[in-house]
Amino acid sequence: MKALSTKRILLAFAGLITGSLLYFGCQETKQIASSSDAANKVYVAPGTYDEFYAFFSGGFSGQLSVYGIPSGRLFKTITVFSENPETGYGYSEETKNMLNTSYGYVPWDDAHHPELSMTNGVPDGRWIFINANNTTRVARIDLKEFETAEIIEIPNSGGNHGSPFVTENNEYVIASTRFSVPIPQADVSIKSYKENFKGTLSFIKVDKETGKMSMAFQILVPGYNYDLAHAGKGPSHDWAFFTSYNTEQANSLLEINASQNDKDFVAAVNWKVAEEAIAKGKGKTLSTTFVRNYMDAKTQTAVTEKYNSVKILDPKEVPGLIYYLPTPKSPHGVDVDPSGEYIVAGGKLSTVLPVHSFEKMLKAIENKEFETTIDGIPVLKYDKVIAGEVKDPGLGPLHTEFDGNGYAYTTAFISSEIVKWKLGTWEVVDRIPTYYSPGHLSIPGGDSKKPWGKYLIALNKITKDRYLPTGPELTQSAQLIDISGEKMKLLLDFPTVGEPHYGQAIAAELVQPNSQKIYKLEDNHNPFAVKSEKETKVVRKGNEVHVYLTTIRSHFTPDNIEGIKLGDKVYFHVTNLEQDWDIPHGFTVKGMNNAELLIMPGQTRTIVWEPKFVGVYPFYCTDFCSALHQEMSGYIRVSPKGSNVQISYGTGK
Amino acid sequence: MTKKSKLILAAASMLLILTFFFPIWKINLEAPQYPEGIGLNIWLNQITGYNPHDLQTLNGLNHYIGMKEITPDSIHELKVMPFIIAFMILFGLFAAYKGNRNLVKVWIIFFIILGIVGIIDFYIWEYNYGHQLNPHAPIKVPGMSYQPPLIGKKQLLNITAISIPYISTFLIFVSILMASFSLYIDSKMKKKKLES
Repeated sequence: MKALSTKRILLAFAGLITGSLLYFGCQETKQIASSSDAANKVYVAPGTYDEFYAFFSGGFSGQLSVYGIPSGRLFKTITVFSENPETGYGYSEETKNMLNTSYGYVPWDDAHHPELSMTNGVPDGRWIFINANNTTRVARIDLKEFETAEIIEIPNSGGNHGSPFVTENNEYVIASTRFSVPIPQADVSIKSYKENFKGTLSFIKVDKETGKMSMAFQILVPGYNYDLAHAGKGPSHDWAFFTSYNTEQANSLLEINASQNDKDFVAAVNWKVAEEAIAKGKGKTLSTTFVRNYMDAKTQTAVTEKYNSVKILDPKEVPGLIYYLPTPKSPHGVDVDPSGEYIVAGGKLSTVLPVHSFEKMLKAIENKEFETTIDGIPVLKYDKVIAGEVKDPGLGPLHTEFDGNGYAYTTAFISSEIVKWKLGTWEVVDRIPTYYSPGHLSIPGGDSKKPWGKYLIALNKITKDRYLPTGPELTQSAQLIDISGEKMKLLLDFPTVGEPHYGQAIAAELVQPNSQKIYKLEDNHNPFAVKSEKETKVVRKGNEVHVYLTTIRSHFTPDNIEGIKLGDKVYFHVTNLEQDWDIPHGFTVKGMNNAELLIMPGQTRTIVWEPKFVGVYPFYCTDFCSALHQEMSGYIRVSPKGSNVQISYGTGK
Repeated sequence: MTKKSKLILAAASMLLILTFFFPIWKINLEAPQYPEGIGLNIWLNQITGYNPHDLQTLNGLNHYIGMKEITPDSIHELKVMPFIIAFMILFGLFAAYKGNRNLVKVWIIFFIILGIVGIIDFYIWEYNYGHQLNPHAPIKVPGMSYQPPLIGKKQLLNITAISIPYISTFLIFVSILMASFSLYIDSKMKKKKLES
């Protein structure tokens, strides 16, 4: 009896093992079958182009990377809030001003949200904006050059996370402060948080033609943490929405203390009312310091401007400016559907995903359905503004984008999935796992009026076992999902540069035709540019030596330079005379302490070298430019202090 | 000359005005590194690139094989050609006004000779350009010269050069044909008159 039962147990085990082998084996085959299908969908044949440009922020890298979709190929990493010794960005005399702030030179940041400029609520492919969390800045990148064109600092902000979201015609780039701080800054006890700490919501004006940014006004708000934002569209055009958490106003152990309230708020701001108030002079002028850096188009040199004040509005003095919509449990993302009617707020700690109705909100305001008023801000009643709740939206719902066909897609960070649900009925219709922990997701045009609802990209924070490991530091990743059918289908995993915090994508046809090939030499008004080899020179000014160099395949002019002395500061002003597409030249000297230069055709870039020892130093081109690239080199002689070696220079002599 | 043939001759002369607005010759260059296309247009009075900086780029590339720079300002033909064509227009109009058949014949013959001289001159220019190489050039291929073809296709190292007459050459050709046609019509009409 006993022996029989042991046999039975063994048999049962064998059965289990075979069964599970079969089960997992089948899964494996299933995946392979769908893989070949997926491979076809992401295959972009050699020499052909991707359908979309995608721009992913690099999170802690401070950069913005450009990918092709559906292939997932990386084309370029645009340095924004970081130095790049590869090109000289942040090191060259022409670019180092881009990283100036009121705190001095800040060569790094934490860049989260790229946002494409819009015309009539649809991405227009002119610029892309991106925020710096740490030293509160917003950058504008020009999509002709794919280079940082401008960076403006936001005053009175403790951390620029909820930014930079644009209104339908780039009337404003909006931003909110993640951390509340004393405004103006003051030496106060941290424990006096509730009394002294405030938040701000900022509105940056964008010039229609040039894109030039300027601080229009700020709104002083209670000292909560403001997380994310989105502008309204269509009927809600005049409004902007901001999420907040820590309405508990905790100043320590936020993970517990800021997670106590059942509901925090979405702040709805009527920026038309704000404009009128400013026009009527209701804005207070608050003195503060902030800078704006821009790349001067003529001289191709970054210029820093300083500002000393900003207009600030107090909601107590401007009725109708701002309302709070109670929203469950520390809402993170706030996303407005393509119609402009629904406002989805992802409650990180909420078990439902609340969707507010813009129409109901207006009615509630009209009927004064207020729960209470905080610092002049009426709090609307939750049941008077809510349109519906999505049940079982996954754990930790964060961000939502739309496909333009009546569906919304929400990332669930904790349950590591994307949930597809229907606008209006709020029912979940599909869900797909991601690998792992998606923050944002991106559908091309997915936060605009007209999404290209074909692909969805999950932007994951964690990859663990998904790729060949590279030691403790692993790649982060994006996952391309086909959303053209009823069911979502995973097509491709691809690694990204830095943390792909958020990304936006746009049809290639809106950007590709405008991509610049060269800088015209005749339009180069850099004061240190030389337009031909004849104009090259070496000029001593005290202990500064200015070397006006040119590059053209495959030589420098001059390439023999003498008369430099120890203690000199040598400025190499290098002009690339090429006017041919895709022919940059590089420049560096042995022992250069800062960076090399990469000079685009027609451009001038300057790098400073302070030689440390007497001797003769080679300099050379670092970008493989031509068949005789290895020959593209020269020598510079450094003599002792007080030596009587005169300045002399030349090429081919 | 009959009125009709005079008019045709005048039109033939006026047609030449268009040659100031179109290239006479075109040299197309195909190379693996230039998928966007590169090449030269030769006009009555200038040489331009397909793209704004092609001439500069070509001069840059050509220094590797020791070719001289093409500097349109130093090519005398480009200074003379506009005057020759202007003269031919006026001459043609004058012949039409006078209605003198002999003048028209002179015009045609003169134009044909000019065309032949022009083509020979162009060939010589191409020959010198392709053969007079800097002896210190970095790339020297024994026995290789770089004369572009007059008409047709030729492989020059990595570059396929295709040279073809362009719009203005055809305009000149049509103009000569029209002038000949005016003489033909004139004699036909005169014959008809005599017969009747």
